[in-house]
Amino acid sequence: MTAPVLEIRDLAVEFKTDTGLTRALRNVNFDVPRGEVTAIVGESGSGKSVTANCIMRLIQPPGRITGGSIRFAPTASQAFDIAALEDKDERLLDLRGGHISMVFQEPMTALSPVHNIGGQVAEAILCHREVSKEQAWAEAAQMLAHVGIGDIERRMTMYPFEFSGGMRQRVVIAMALVCNPEVLICDEPTTALDVTIQAEILTLIRNLQDELKNSVIFITHDLGVVAQIADHVVVMYQGRVLEIGTVRQVLKQPVHPYTKGLLKAIPGVVDPGERLATIASVVGDADITTPFPLIKLSDGRQVSLPRGHVPAELKP
Amino acid sequence: MTSVLSAVLRAAEPGRSLLDAVRRLARPYVVRRIFGMIPTVVFISIIIFVVIQLPPGDIVTSTLDRLQSSGVEVSAEQVQNLRAQFNLDKPMHMQYLHWAGGFVVGDMGYSYRYSRPVNELVWERLGYTLLIAVSAVFFTWIVAVPIGIFSAIRQYSIGDYTFTVIGLIGIATPHFLLALLFMYAAYEWFGISIGGLFSPEYREAPWTLAKVWDLCQHIWIPMVVLGLGGTAATMRVLRANLLDELNKPYVVTARAKGVRPVKLVLKYPLRIALNPFASTVGLLLPTLIAGDVIVSRVLNLPTLGQLLLDALLTQDMFLAGSIVMLQVILIQFGLLLSDLVLAWIDPRIRYE
Ligand SMILES: Nc1ncnc2c1ncn2[C@@H]1O[C@H](COP(=O)(O)OP(=O)(O)O)[C@@H](O)[C@H]1O
Ligand SMILES: [Mg+2]
Repeated sequence: MTAPVLEIRDLAVEFKTDTGLTRALRNVNFDVPRGEVTAIVGESGSGKSVTANCIMRLIQPPGRITGGSIRFAPTASQAFDIAALEDKDERLLDLRGGHISMVFQEPMTALSPVHNIGGQVAEAILCHREVSKEQAWAEAAQMLAHVGIGDIERRMTMYPFEFSGGMRQRVVIAMALVCNPEVLICDEPTTALDVTIQAEILTLIRNLQDELKNSVIFITHDLGVVAQIADHVVVMYQGRVLEIGTVRQVLKQPVHPYTKGLLKAIPGVVDPGERLATIASVVGDADITTPFPLIKLSDGRQVSLPRGHVPAELKP
Repeated sequence: MTSVLSAVLRAAEPGRSLLDAVRRLARPYVVRRIFGMIPTVVFISIIIFVVIQLPPGDIVTSTLDRLQSSGVEVSAEQVQNLRAQFNLDKPMHMQYLHWAGGFVVGDMGYSYRYSRPVNELVWERLGYTLLIAVSAVFFTWIVAVPIGIFSAIRQYSIGDYTFTVIGLIGIATPHFLLALLFMYAAYEWFGISIGGLFSPEYREAPWTLAKVWDLCQHIWIPMVVLGLGGTAATMRVLRANLLDELNKPYVVTARAKGVRPVKLVLKYPLRIALNPFASTVGLLLPTLIAGDVIVSRVLNLPTLGQLLLDALLTQDMFLAGSIVMLQVILIQFGLLLSDLVLAWIDPRIRYE
């Protein structure tokens, strides 16, 4: 097994707001295995986007990374800590869009309304490589065709408002992949789309990953999507990591009460006509708010529970 | 500075010049718009004509007053001749048609006071008016855009607060006061003659390098005085527009794909924050022509604004009416120009 491409340790983020300090992340720990898909799941506000933005160093004031490290190990060069980079560090500017790219939730607003599609995709190339404009334009066209956009010549000179949501998301994906990054972060890339388009985009991301073999961090609140796309799962709640494991481990045999609650709350798992369980009802009196440190279980997964609550057969 | 400008210019799509856009997309639209202007212009011209007729007396009565007070006797027949000469004996609507008809063929009438065609008087001043106005607008933008960008990026910094205070003082200070202060300073410290665009010895002289240099020495006062007024407002509006845009998702996307920080601001949010200004470009046209009447007065500038004020004071009806009419027409074309510019820089806008 090769070393993980990203190792996140004790990552902490705070937002200074009018009402005081919000601790958006505390002691977040997880690895992103190379060449596989890691899903981050959790309810809204659990800190998934903040985690992703930390990896890209996109946290803006009033937010601040207050501790921890994000060790990035590119295949071709020296590993370094993203969290410790200066804002002006060339490695950071190189990283964004070059080594690590991101696909955002809202395709409707993620593209500049007054620049044409081709130019916006080609710019990603021009930011990272010394090529001519024509060369960048040609490569952008290739990438756009690759993500399933037809009639390229005409579409390249069109503007985002002339594209549907699904098409725009394809453009954003093309823009993210055009420099062949080692890590692709997808932050709820299908949440804003219709169901049929969701499936298409999901398949596209899956196929592209199979082909390009980059490491993917896939953020979602939808466990159905996790089952389709991910190899590994990180479960987040209130800015903490509760459980880490393979898809099989976490979805088939969850250990943490909160994960169990999440699974029970999926429509379709229960019989038709029956009421969906709320997470609270499944979790019951189990303590999910105290931040216990992650412990490693015998099957390799990690869970944030006191030792006494771990099932006997999984005791380390 | 040049790099900032060229970045902004490059941000416009290559191969899309304004003329190009007009030629390809907008010709029927432009034609339609120009025809649409006609009723508006006619309507306003009637109002102007009526308003000009409202004050008691006309050029003939004021001429008679002048003559009589200097002891000259004027016969009734002479008065009649005078009225006929200026068409004042015709009915109102004929007078209007005569005036408006002249406008259509490019003849703005005759100034009683100067005893010269209005066309000549206007053309004489148009060049200087434009020169002063364009340099003032230029000054405004050169100063306001960088400060606006700085204030937005460093919101609530000491620099931002400083510029805000200076800006507010700038908005609150009457232009003519500034003009007086500057004239005082120019005279006291640099020994430059007060008022006008030229030193007395060059005023009537033919164009030479020395005269141009003399002009340069004088024009900066109106440029700064007129420019500063717009600067404060422009930089505040730009700051607000830019702040709206800076955290939009498309800016985050651009940052996430690795766009360098300076280019990030100039190419994306600034481009969009400038759109509202671009749409005011056309409206500069009429203000350019009139200029700031009070400042023109204080600084004794040969602008159309001054001419208009004089004309109103002396009831020089054709002159005043024609200048106002000229402005109305310019406003109409300015509005059209604004729409074209906006459609050019913002692809979301289509000619309908
Ligand atoms: N710009 C911000 N200002 C203040 N607090 C923020 C901001 N962004 C995120 N947070 C805080 O971080 C928490 C996690 O947010 P986020 O990562 O966006 O959640 P999600 O898991 O839904 O993506 C939020 O509940 C909020 O308290
Ligand atoms: Mg989110």
